[in-house]
Amino acid sequence: MDRQLHTHRRRPLCAGRNLKARAAALVTGVLTMMAAAAGHSREVTIAVASNFTVPMQAIVARYEARSQQRIQLVFGSSGKIYAQIRNGAPFDAFFSADQEKPARLIDEGLAEPDSRITYAEGRLALWSRHNNLPENIQVLLKTSQFDKLALANPKLAPYGTAAQQVLHNLQLDARTRTRWVQGENISQTYQFVASGNADLGFVALSQIMRDGEIVAGSAWVVPQSLHTPVRQDAVILTRAVDNTVLADFWRYMQEAEVATLLASYGYARSQAVTPSREEGPHAE
Amino acid sequence: MLSESDLGAIWLTLRLATTVTVLLLLLGTPLALWLARTRSVMRGPVSALVALPLVLPPTVLGFYLLVFMGPDGPMGKLTEALGLGTLPFTFWGLVIASLLYSLPFVVQPIQNAIEAQGQQHAEVAATLRAGPWDTFWHVTLPLARPGIITAAVLGFAHTVGEFGVVLMIGGNIPGETRVVSVQIYDHVEALEYTQAHWLSAAMVGFSFAVLLLLYLLQHRNAARGLRYGV
Repeated sequence: MDRQLHTHRRRPLCAGRNLKARAAALVTGVLTMMAAAAGHSREVTIAVASNFTVPMQAIVARYEARSQQRIQLVFGSSGKIYAQIRNGAPFDAFFSADQEKPARLIDEGLAEPDSRITYAEGRLALWSRHNNLPENIQVLLKTSQFDKLALANPKLAPYGTAAQQVLHNLQLDARTRTRWVQGENISQTYQFVASGNADLGFVALSQIMRDGEIVAGSAWVVPQSLHTPVRQDAVILTRAVDNTVLADFWRYMQEAEVATLLASYGYARSQAVTPSREEGPHAE
Repeated sequence: MLSESDLGAIWLTLRLATTVTVLLLLLGTPLALWLARTRSVMRGPVSALVALPLVLPPTVLGFYLLVFMGPDGPMGKLTEALGLGTLPFTFWGLVIASLLYSLPFVVQPIQNAIEAQGQQHAEVAATLRAGPWDTFWHVTLPLARPGIITAAVLGFAHTVGEFGVVLMIGGNIPGETRVVSVQIYDHVEALEYTQAHWLSAAMVGFSFAVLLLLYLLQHRNAARGLRYGV
């Protein structure tokens, strides 16, 4: 061991000149990269909650095609993005998975109060990889003919909170609790079911729906009356208040084209401005 | 301060790390001995396999374990056939994942310690009519003691600090799979920064204490500093 340490120490000394040349190349490389980054700094960067990854990519692709502007997307969990913004992350806007974090950013003076929009309302689905999910879901949950029930952590994810409310309203939470496995977000919850490690799981309808169809397995689309709406808000951050591209993108987000696109991914039309009364309990 | 669920997570983490350390010492010591002494062509590939978790991101390990131990995976099929069910979301699933993840931290220090002894002690023991088993228990192992202590401490500490793998296969079940690192992550994501601070500070204090203890032990043993290896 000692011998090895000595040889390690000696080697860089012999190769001194080579090392200098390498260091110079490294510095040049880093400087070039920094210059390139600075050149792109006018580009808009939007941080997006990971549950909205796929629809957001589709929306931005359409927007870029028609406006010739570039928008850079950063994905992560809402809690992480919130912490990063508070610590100076260079984001211009934030699409959260809930309403609480954008509201907090406004309170803290980090986001523009006027910019806040409810861009989507998530729908919840109880999903299985198998095609034989019975009609009467309550009977299935009562008979406990399943091993694990996946849901997002209710403490962290709005979809988890909604799932817990559904179980509570069906009076099934105490009965099923021992079978819960919690993903730290809705993507992980989806993965637990998709990999077959959980038989059933409460996922976002947007994860299993493309062009208005359930893509795999079978699902029970949970009636919206069984939980409080999963409303998702977006805000423009204070540093980007004068950004014209972002202002234009904000107008685009509220156009009918986007609403149609969101519906095809299983998002309900946002009802934030004029909240309508909930439908009856057996609307689905 | 620390809540009841924080304490539960700490207790679970200690239980997991202890189980994993004991199992790794039992499995890792023969493996390290073989790696230190063998001239087989398999030495290279096996060494590389052992070191793999040092390089791989924990998410890669976690993802493959989720698939491998799941109902469609080979191990999942085996455990189901044995009537054990599948391993993700269970304590023993975490144990198996941690065994893989912490393997190099246990095998490599022991292997280095055995290699550093050379063959002479064993040869001398043989001339005094000691059998291979006798030599192993009374010569090789005692001489490798500093390496084994390092291995135990590193294996334990590394299991305590594990996060990515647990996040992928744990399922966040209180008392079963919600370890300290996941609990801290939950606190941060839920914007409970004060609670995250308390638990994180406890982790920093614990880690420092463990490494200090290791340093003092090594220092007393051989007047050496803390080293990864011998």
